[in-house]
Amino acid sequence: MPLIEFVDFSFKYLGADSLALRKINLSVNEGEYVVVTGPSGCGKTTLCRAINGLVPQFHRGYIAGNVIVDGKNTRENNVAELASTAGLVFQQPENQLVTLNVEREIAFGPENLGVEPDEVRRRVEELIDMLDLDHLRDKHPHEMSGGEQQRVAIAATLALKPKVLVADEPTSNLDPQGAKTILELISDLNKRDMTVVLVEHRLDLVSKDASRIILMDKGCIVADGEPREVLTMDLCQEIGIGVPKATQLYKRLRNHGINFTKVPLTGAELAELVLEVNQR
Amino acid sequence: MILLENVHFAYDGLYTALRGVSLQIDDGERIAIVGSNGAGKTTLVKHFNGLLRPDQGRVILDGVDTKQYSVAELARQIGLVMQNPDHQLFLDSVEREVLFSLDNLGYSKEAAREQCERTLNNLGLEDLSDRSPFTLSGGERKRVALASVLATEPRILSLDEPTIGQDARQKENLAKMLKGLNEKGKAVIVVTHDIEFVIENFPRTIAMANGRIVADGATNSVLSNDNVLERCSLTRPQLTETAIHLHAAFPEVSERLTLMDDLEAVVVQVLGGG
Repeated sequence: MPLIEFVDFSFKYLGADSLALRKINLSVNEGEYVVVTGPSGCGKTTLCRAINGLVPQFHRGYIAGNVIVDGKNTRENNVAELASTAGLVFQQPENQLVTLNVEREIAFGPENLGVEPDEVRRRVEELIDMLDLDHLRDKHPHEMSGGEQQRVAIAATLALKPKVLVADEPTSNLDPQGAKTILELISDLNKRDMTVVLVEHRLDLVSKDASRIILMDKGCIVADGEPREVLTMDLCQEIGIGVPKATQLYKRLRNHGINFTKVPLTGAELAELVLEVNQR
Repeated sequence: MILLENVHFAYDGLYTALRGVSLQIDDGERIAIVGSNGAGKTTLVKHFNGLLRPDQGRVILDGVDTKQYSVAELARQIGLVMQNPDHQLFLDSVEREVLFSLDNLGYSKEAAREQCERTLNNLGLEDLSDRSPFTLSGGERKRVALASVLATEPRILSLDEPTIGQDARQKENLAKMLKGLNEKGKAVIVVTHDIEFVIENFPRTIAMANGRIVADGATNSVLSNDNVLERCSLTRPQLTETAIHLHAAFPEVSERLTLMDDLEAVVVQVLGGG
């Protein structure tokens, strides 16, 4: 059984003129690393909210079809019940941080769900260790950089032991080094068997680690497959997706009659392929 | 022309954000300001239009120290689009938001309407003109904030992180509009982390770290300098990465390449392709 299943799911926000999601059918299995991308306003954020039940439990509107996450229908389970299944990380970490220090921040979620104090303490220490937060222990969130805040927000989300981490553009306010660190962290979590659904525009930083890319446009899924397959589709240019430069240049070089053995996603991969052609 | 001479600034006199910044921006330039979070980029652009005033040093517009001007006077010449659109938007329709700026600058009703329509079209907002900005997506609100300033065609325009939440298509449209303004002789300055956007659209780059300028020059030389990248928390552009890897085998591939057209040409040449 898939971990996340959308069945003919449509949603329209109260007061909106058009559907935010149109008849979405989507299955995500445990252990996948799914990157969701598409033009602004295409429904990516709504898709994330539908996974953890914010749609339709908090954001009300017209709804058709169903979303089942770990066997729970999001129509019938409230956000608190779904929070321990699907953990959501937002674009602005400061909107998510509620307490004054790292330990309390991480403990906040599980304490509110009535987890035993010993278990809470164990989780806090485990996450501080895993996410390398020890040096931030006594810092107020407002004394931290955006990247540090986002690490703490991710730790606080993971403290609920979710089965899937849903991150909605978690790096868009970070500088490139900060973004890279967070995306490496997410990729590491996936390697430790965490299922990941990540909304991201910066495909140059995530494509090499993702197992799957989903393209959305106007509330629909318009492509779904392996990164190297999806990113070479002409559709990407048509709807305006930021295809990695190395992949774009690969397509141009192919038009010059140069044939490579695979599709590059990074600058280094492209260089390797050029050297390989040179040696043939 | 705007000139900064040894500008120092500290928030509340305590949190130092600028430590002696000097630079000159000429009419008709396109400049990117890059640097890590907290480097002082936003503080710097807020000095251009007088939202912040230097503790030490001077900001000089066309030979006159700007401390003589009010923010309202400076706003006629110097536009600023802030990073967070919610700090800027306050009216209940997209169109009214744009008309408000134009009205303030004394546009006639008819001219304002025309200019508003043109700007909304250019930014792909024409279908949203009657909507309340607060019902729009983050990326859309950002474009409304842009529209309200772009419509006034200021002589010097600064934009703080204009590409956040924008997809590739919208970035292209934005770049086109900025180039259009630039061709009319306006100076355009962006603060951004988006180095691909910088490479393709801005000939000059100023890199900041810790309240100081650490590099100021041609974009391809600033952004291919590993020392600058490191100090400014930037990552190497993807194609420069390719160029550096290829340089060892093919000395004719410059390690400073940043543009796709250039790398395409030299790879085709070294591989002898058609």
